[in-house]
Amino acid sequence: MADYQNLFTTVQATSRHLHDGVPLGPYNSSRDFKPWLFHLLGRLGNAQIGPIYLGRLGLASLFCGLLWFTIIGMNMLASVDWSPIQFVKQLFWLSLDPPSPEYGLSIPPMNDGGWFLIAGFFFLASVLLWWARMYTRARELGLGTHIAWAFAAAIWLTVVLGLLRPILMGSWSEAVPYGVFSHLDWTAAFSLRYGNLFYNPFHALSIVFLYGSALLFAMHGATILAVGRYGGEREIEQIVDRGTASERAALFWRWTMGFNATMESVHRWAWWFAVLCPLTGGIGILLTGTVVDNWYLWAVKHGVAPPYPAVYPPQVDPATLIQPR
Amino acid sequence: MNIIQRLTTAVIALGTLLALAGCERGAPFERPPVDSVQSGYRGTGMLQVYNPRILEPQIEQNQPPAALPPASSEGPKASQVYQNVKVLGDLSVAEFARHMTAITAWVSPNEGCVYCHNPANFAEDSKYTKVVARRMIQMTQHINVDWQQHVSNTGVTCYTCHRGQPVPSKIWFTAPGQNKGADFIGNKNAQNTPDQDSVKGASLPYDHYTEYFKEAKPIRVAGNTALPTGNRASIQQGEYTYGLMMHMSDSLGVNCTYCHNSRNFGDWSQSPPQRTTAWYGIRMVRDLNLDYMEDLTSIFPVGRKGPLGDVAKVNCATCHQGAYKPLYGAKMAKDHPELTTLVQVVAGAGAGGGAGDAQAVKAAADAVAGTKPAPSR
Repeated sequence: MADYQNLFTTVQATSRHLHDGVPLGPYNSSRDFKPWLFHLLGRLGNAQIGPIYLGRLGLASLFCGLLWFTIIGMNMLASVDWSPIQFVKQLFWLSLDPPSPEYGLSIPPMNDGGWFLIAGFFFLASVLLWWARMYTRARELGLGTHIAWAFAAAIWLTVVLGLLRPILMGSWSEAVPYGVFSHLDWTAAFSLRYGNLFYNPFHALSIVFLYGSALLFAMHGATILAVGRYGGEREIEQIVDRGTASERAALFWRWTMGFNATMESVHRWAWWFAVLCPLTGGIGILLTGTVVDNWYLWAVKHGVAPPYPAVYPPQVDPATLIQPR
Repeated sequence: MNIIQRLTTAVIALGTLLALAGCERGAPFERPPVDSVQSGYRGTGMLQVYNPRILEPQIEQNQPPAALPPASSEGPKASQVYQNVKVLGDLSVAEFARHMTAITAWVSPNEGCVYCHNPANFAEDSKYTKVVARRMIQMTQHINVDWQQHVSNTGVTCYTCHRGQPVPSKIWFTAPGQNKGADFIGNKNAQNTPDQDSVKGASLPYDHYTEYFKEAKPIRVAGNTALPTGNRASIQQGEYTYGLMMHMSDSLGVNCTYCHNSRNFGDWSQSPPQRTTAWYGIRMVRDLNLDYMEDLTSIFPVGRKGPLGDVAKVNCATCHQGAYKPLYGAKMAKDHPELTTLVQVVAGAGAGGGAGDAQAVKAAADAVAGTKPAPSR
């Protein structure tokens, strides 16, 4: 007899007949790959793998994405003299960097940012095509388009970082490099150059929604697991037909913090927190350098950054002194 | 099921342990204990982080040698007794001998006098090391007299950098550029290279020494105004500055907050006084590289030069070697007054024996002229 486990359930509800899903309307491709069962994945989600819907948008997106990936990989491989061993050893340090600042918004030579721009073009194309695919697939299944719009929020941040802000700043060199450590270095240097991003209120909002999303996700996941013994995982039914699971979950949160979300609204909370993270972050990035040059000084100007008592002897910028020698 | 769950738990626990153990080698994660010492207003994060386990061997390595007993200033001067004494000729013979004993112990304890001197004729300049050593004595005097904004009255001696080695352990050469082949694909952009000591293994631009310790490229990138007023410093420039700061942090064994209030790195009014000292330090290093080391390029043999044929140059680590003050502030120079006064060297000073030393003489003359470091950013 299968038993119910609270964190990892061993129950796998599978059918002998693996289905392809609902019939597709006109202007659709056929689905690819024969579905099969994968027991281990069934412990984490659905054991049935496939079929997958590729379609024209999906194929075009994969093609562009693969080009983007290959351009970066080939540049990295070339930078270590085509040595596969060094490629693996140095992978985290390798990078495809944006053009040097002196090129502005002009087209640079291939090896000084040209590859970066081409890769960026295909990345953008790939992501936008994938967005269109999410939208049309949702429509085809008769779903709302919430997932596509949530994805669009992430695309907004990406486009701000790699396209809109560099154009507003008049230099492709402002874009983020493609590389593991190099993009982290970019992040640190970006904050240092623009006077400490922590004083950027939109950055602060973005962090609120980032950590808030994690918190909401943990609260919601824990709540549903905790009321699973009363059938609480049947969330959709509970939205319209509130049972004891819903009542107990609601009571728990009202007792502990005085307020509870409902079976329906908690998903709106989560969706908006997740979506607002890149939305506000993108605004913060877009304002940096274009509208505000030093976020710390901006925060001082608007009374956000508090002054502290001076503890050091006053320092004068030595560059402003006439050197006696 | 229990077995699988136990196995999973064991694998996760083991993996975490291995990850933590592995981090110790790569420096970013230091095993406790970690002591933090507050240096600014409470709650502002102005503190230094020390790990006594790592600090202890470092303190031992940065102890000064015992000073030699002082020598008498009576008697004839070195320039009257020895030939070809151009810098230390005003010392008494006893003081001169004391200095030579000290410099041997500081620089070439294993090689002895013959590292610089021809044993058949101590006066001649046939060995390049002697010409370099003379210039280095002048450089030491220059530092102690003209760069007190950085070295204060603590001063430096040959030992500050040499530590008993003919070549100081921390020197730098301009890094050779990447061989880009046909320059079509694979540009490293002078960064993205592990094992670069100058950026401590980061993927930051690694030749910031040349940018700042030889050329006077602008270090400041952050804006001075809340709203844009024309500061066009690029993010890549910011990465060069970051690399330089990593070098300083590592050379001195300190955090960013030793010199900066990290909430606004550029603001002098909130900075600890160490930042002013460091500012002069950067200019001092540049001055020494340009006016002393570069002049010696033709004197050094090829084997002592870098891959691009440039002379060995100094940076922060050359003196500091991981300590916030070299030798933790030990006042060695006060026992060697000959190194704390600037000697006016006249070409041809000392009697004869200086043939084939035109370069050194010219360099000495330049030093007398007193090249000033430009008070740049």
